[in-house]
Amino acid sequence: MRGVKKPKLAVWKFASCDGCQLSLLDCEDELLTVAEHVDIAYFPEATRAVQKGPYDVSLVEGSITTPHDAERINKIRRMSRYLITIGACATSGGIQALRNFADVNQYIRIVYAHPEYIETLRNSTPIAMHVYVDFELRGCPVNKYQLIEVLNALLNNRRPNLPTYSVCIECKRRGTACVMVSEGVPCMGPVTQAGCGALCPSYRRGCYGCFGPMEVPNTAALSACWSNIGVQKDDLVRGFRMFNAYADPFRKESEVHEHA
Amino acid sequence: MSTRKSRTLKVDYLARVEGEGALFIRLKDDNVTEVQLRIFEPPRFFEGFLRGRRWTEAPDITARICGICPIAYLASSISAMESIVGAEVPHPIRELRRLIYCGEWIESHILHLAMLHAPDFLGYQDALAMAKDHPDIVKGALRLKKIGNDIMVLLGGREIHPINLRVGGFYSVPTKDELQKLRPDLEWGLEASQQVARWAATLDYPDFERDYEFVALRHPKEYPLWEGRLVSNKGLDIPLSEFYDHVVEEHVARSTSLHSSMRQRGTYHVGPLARYALNYEHLTPGCQALARECGLGPTCNNPFKSLLVRAIETVYAYEEALRIVNTYEMPDRPYVPLEPRAGRGYGCSEAPRGICYHTYAIDDQGVILDARIAPPTAQNQRCMEEDLAALVPQFAHLKDDDLTWRCEQAVRNYDPCISCSCHFLKLEVQREYSH
Ligand code: SF4
Repeated sequence: MRGVKKPKLAVWKFASCDGCQLSLLDCEDELLTVAEHVDIAYFPEATRAVQKGPYDVSLVEGSITTPHDAERINKIRRMSRYLITIGACATSGGIQALRNFADVNQYIRIVYAHPEYIETLRNSTPIAMHVYVDFELRGCPVNKYQLIEVLNALLNNRRPNLPTYSVCIECKRRGTACVMVSEGVPCMGPVTQAGCGALCPSYRRGCYGCFGPMEVPNTAALSACWSNIGVQKDDLVRGFRMFNAYADPFRKESEVHEHA
Repeated sequence: MSTRKSRTLKVDYLARVEGEGALFIRLKDDNVTEVQLRIFEPPRFFEGFLRGRRWTEAPDITARICGICPIAYLASSISAMESIVGAEVPHPIRELRRLIYCGEWIESHILHLAMLHAPDFLGYQDALAMAKDHPDIVKGALRLKKIGNDIMVLLGGREIHPINLRVGGFYSVPTKDELQKLRPDLEWGLEASQQVARWAATLDYPDFERDYEFVALRHPKEYPLWEGRLVSNKGLDIPLSEFYDHVVEEHVARSTSLHSSMRQRGTYHVGPLARYALNYEHLTPGCQALARECGLGPTCNNPFKSLLVRAIETVYAYEEALRIVNTYEMPDRPYVPLEPRAGRGYGCSEAPRGICYHTYAIDDQGVILDARIAPPTAQNQRCMEEDLAALVPQFAHLKDDDLTWRCEQAVRNYDPCISCSCHFLKLEVQREYSH
């Protein structure tokens, strides 16, 4: 590699739990190899060393929830050749987007004694609502092998090879019996993008949609299924309002049932 | 005649801690006049949006407060909910719960001690730089950490935000044979973690001690993970339900995290040093002997040596995991089915970085009416500030860069997860000199 400049990687954090960037440190078998191929130029959770931008790849975790962060993401975009969002917070607003359905000022009063100290935006919004995003990686948290695939693809100048079909396909592939059909357990799998390997159903629980909506999900059909197995309206709303509550298809479907 | 010189020093982020925050220190003639930890973590309002959710949803939702200690949030919320309905879980479920918590301790402790904190002691910017000179340490640590994660994956489905824990137990439980597969790695890990502790004992620890009030869980029979009473080395001994009778959370302007202290008692310290001091007798004889070999007494008041105590706790976690794997019998069913009833419940568990406290009120349909959560890093914030105020004069002769680094190291003693404190880092040292 002598003489060849390694691409510079930066990892940024907005409103989040740090879980998605931690996925990178959880690549125990791959971490040292990754570090041979990329120059970890900015990653405060792992290193004190800071290299100035521009960066070849920026991984962005977290959602935009403050006026300051809305400005910061624009600066990061200008410094980055590729900007990849990692996880549900960054791609759909995350669990903290539940505020978007309520009065955030009331939340501030519930949690903080001095609301005047808190500066926050009305909504928790995904990064793509603020800047152009080159690739969005789903999950709450992301799947670390998908994260490595994305880095690999970028290093080799190709499109990441990641599925856009539903969790159902993954269940069929691994031969997991459908929890909804066989046990009457409500499952978000039919409308949720694959990527976890159909984890929840393989543990006999319903999918909770942490990878967000698949391409063209039939959310209305799923709601009908859930109703048939006895799920009440309030729980339908809760089902769509989890870690990707503000992703368009999930948001719209939850609103249908909230106002029904 | 005197002239004044003031200097400001800024570092953009306090690195190698989880989350965002800053440290501000004002020095006048090498005397500290002000120390502030500022938390920039954008507020996420968990306690707000938990209202109206189902009691069974609290574990998966609160896990998202912190990606490095999800088990702590799962455990505390599950215990709180189970206490509302008076649920008792069968022995094997209780054992599996301890086992997965051991997985989180191993993963989190090794990540912090070997990859985030040790570089400070050896003068490296990070573990990758350290790996060039100490490849065996870093590679060994990566494997030790991975075994912790393997426990999480086997029992929880994945290492971050495991999906298999629920109010009442698990969605599915492993067979005896499946659990046995962990055994060879755990045996290797026990041995390797003892070596890590011996290596940690050789690091150069600053001479610095404070008289802390340590607060941790205490259980009559075992080193605490999921349950116990809240006790301190200065006379506190309360059931979980009395936590907020003693602890006050203060909202200060510089922070989106709430600072905790105790009425009449003031600042307290949670985490490995507290657990160790208050539960030493429940460590295995092997761990106690190793602690002695590493130069530790039954109490350690040097916060820098939290690294060493983490190493001892990692050994404990490996021993405990092996014990569980060797004696496990599969339960008849993976969980106890439970019906909600109106009431308030309390849950507290020992996150790797200290007690994580939850309380919830629910109605008779299981809908959450009120939620309050005290994450460990928020509870330690005042303690961190006081450590810095005590530490800086001792190291004020250092150049700004070195002093800054020393302060960061002192903050990292707490393995703070700032997301957790809801939740750091920019460092600012302001020096004024009168000549
Ligand atoms: S998407 Fe989930 S795991 Fe990732 S940072 Fe957000 S809350 Fe954490």
